[in-house]
Amino acid sequence: MIFRVFDKDELKKLFNVMVSANKVIGPVEIGRDRDNKPIYAFNEVKSFDSVRLDYTTTKLPAKRYFLPFKENLATFSLDADDWQKKVDYNIDRPFIFFGLHACDINALNKLDKVLLGSIYPMPYYAAKRENMFIIGLDCTPQPYCFCRSMGADTALHGFDMFITDVGDLYFVEILSDTAFNFLKNIKTAEPVEDDHIQYMKVVSEKNKKFTTHVDTTDLTKILDMEFQSDVWKQWGEQCLACGTCSKVCPTCYCYGVEETIDINLHGAKKTKFLYSCNLIDFAEVAGGHNFRPERHSRLKYRYYHKHRGFVEAYEESLCVGCGRCGEACLAGITVPEVIASVRGEAG
Amino acid sequence: MDAELRFVNVISDAQMKQHRKSDLSTFEYTYKAEITNIHRLTEMENLYRIQIIDPEERRQFFFKPGQFLMLELPGIGEAPFSISSSPARHGDVELCIRKAGNLTNFLSRVGRGTHVGIRGPLGTSFPMEQMHGQNILLIAGGLGLAPLRSAIAYTQDNRSRFNSVDIIYGAKDPSQLLFTYLYDVWRADDIELSIIVDKPDTSWKGPTGLVTKIIEKMFAERDVSFYKNTYAIVCGPPVMFKFVCNMLNQKDIPMQKMFVSLERRMHCGMGKCCRCNVGSTYTCLKGPVFDYWTVMNLKEAI
Ligand SMILES: Cc1cc2nc3c(=O)[nH]c(=O)nc-3n(C[C@H](O)[C@H](O)[C@H](O)COP(=O)(O)OP(=O)(O)OC[C@H]3O[C@@H](n4cnc5c(N)ncnc54)[C@H](O)[C@@H]3O)c2cc1C
Ligand code: SF4
Ligand code: SF4
Ligand code: FES
Repeated sequence: MIFRVFDKDELKKLFNVMVSANKVIGPVEIGRDRDNKPIYAFNEVKSFDSVRLDYTTTKLPAKRYFLPFKENLATFSLDADDWQKKVDYNIDRPFIFFGLHACDINALNKLDKVLLGSIYPMPYYAAKRENMFIIGLDCTPQPYCFCRSMGADTALHGFDMFITDVGDLYFVEILSDTAFNFLKNIKTAEPVEDDHIQYMKVVSEKNKKFTTHVDTTDLTKILDMEFQSDVWKQWGEQCLACGTCSKVCPTCYCYGVEETIDINLHGAKKTKFLYSCNLIDFAEVAGGHNFRPERHSRLKYRYYHKHRGFVEAYEESLCVGCGRCGEACLAGITVPEVIASVRGEAG
Repeated sequence: MDAELRFVNVISDAQMKQHRKSDLSTFEYTYKAEITNIHRLTEMENLYRIQIIDPEERRQFFFKPGQFLMLELPGIGEAPFSISSSPARHGDVELCIRKAGNLTNFLSRVGRGTHVGIRGPLGTSFPMEQMHGQNILLIAGGLGLAPLRSAIAYTQDNRSRFNSVDIIYGAKDPSQLLFTYLYDVWRADDIELSIIVDKPDTSWKGPTGLVTKIIEKMFAERDVSFYKNTYAIVCGPPVMFKFVCNMLNQKDIPMQKMFVSLERRMHCGMGKCCRCNVGSTYTCLKGPVFDYWTVMNLKEAI
């Protein structure tokens, strides 16, 4: 890995070089909540001053750029009994992501495992993923963050460069040749021993700031043993089955497919839309049988998929501990509390 | 340097033609096929004969009994169906489809010559080769005969490779019996066929009750040595296969020599949409065919 340091003023220059020829997505403030706290989102940014490098967590992940809520898998032209199918992966340019936190980068790394694996890789995702240039940015743990428990507080790969604020300077890890070349546009220097010390100090300060923890020891086994546990029923009573948790989750990818005929009857579309396993008809089949009719069985399934099934398949969980779902849930259901209760710990 | 990033096109035209599981283009690749015949089996079920139009693609289409495909009618929908025909027929398949919803009802109204799309074959299969030299029990309830029919066809095509072949088939009433035109052919191929209906009509001369009644009769007639060399495939609703498999297990047929096919909602068939998950197992990839031991160990399976 190559490390460099550069003056804080240089970052704007780097941004300007990038934005001069590319679409750049970055964290911006889009409003205030009722406590007058900023609401952040990943949007297209044209000027460096609108990028909020100090952002906490965006309400929605950057998912819409690589797993849009709705996209056409195919379009058809219809002609009597015949038709032609046209497949488009719905991307025509690269995007630069300026300032993703480690959790959101790790979310992409997890998605890659399912969506880019060797068994039926998904071209719609692959096409967008291949065209993402990612600049990571360090962050400050919030009260709801438990990424450290999930092993997602640092990103080891899945970015082009990762920037850490070490006081007077930015410390940057460079993973790709493209990133290395971009950095030639600004003044950077080889880090000296003092910079390393400063970097390590920043990291250890950050680690002290985590207040929420999840115990994942033996969690797959515990989930199996507690499959019939009453705690699921209690969470089910609380859950509104609204599906918000999946919508805001950077690692949720489940979907449904629908076909529609154009009004002029000459064309048709096959559309994919992200879905949530908490919605009532997720596992309902034709004829009306529903494999998970109760809210608690669906909520349990979501945890089961993330914290057991995915672990079994890839030796890591499908949750990065970003805390978005808990923050967005109107019923106040949070991952740390659910897992603690399943483990039999008083919540 | 030039600040503009290069756009990466993930699939070149050259790659578009391959269909390995690991190819990006496989995901949404559709074989264009034609409905060459529609055979009305009952009031609710039709048998569709569907042929991949391109002769080369048709020849290259290999599947195994128990596998399914995704059938698409552009603008109407796409859904999974078990292939009901002999694997020796390659891409000239038969699907036995019950009217159940949007797509299936629409299909019941289209005519010969309609073009449809096919993705697949998908999922696991009954391990027919493993069963060579053994007795086979093929047990179906209701529409379960659809996936079973492909296994039946395989035993017909390879009759010398199996000892006794039994089909035990139960339906609600005589009007719902599927594939009636084939019963004589099966018998001619030395397959023991027992049919039972739950609600007989006035013309019904066969036994009445559930498939378990036929199995009990079989238990009374055959000695223990029979079950030592026997595989079973059980297709039907979960309550049915659970009951039947547990009965067979009493005769010491190992659970790993019994196979069932699970049905779940599916929107991709390729391990991506998650709609088919049982516990955390993808029915479309690890199934739909499972041995009974595996099913017993799946959370949420029965
Ligand atoms: C592995 C497998 C094999 C099958 N084999 C057969 C068969 O041989 N013959 C047969 O008649 N039926 C079979 N089915 C059931 C068949 O898929 C459903 O009847 C069909 O999906 C109903 O679609 P629809 O559009 O008419 O219904 P709608 O209710 O309008 O369904 C809309 C969509 O939901 C999904 N869906 C709904 N019900 C089911 C279901 N039961 N299974 C999977 N997806 C569903 C599909 O994507 C479908 O397009 C099989 C299902 C599976 C999973
Ligand atoms: S857990 Fe919360 S956000 Fe998720 S479906 Fe239930 S109520 Fe909605
Ligand atoms: S489950 Fe919740 S905490 Fe975990 S990654 Fe998804 S939104 Fe973040
Ligand atoms: S059908 Fe989509 S994951 Fe199995």
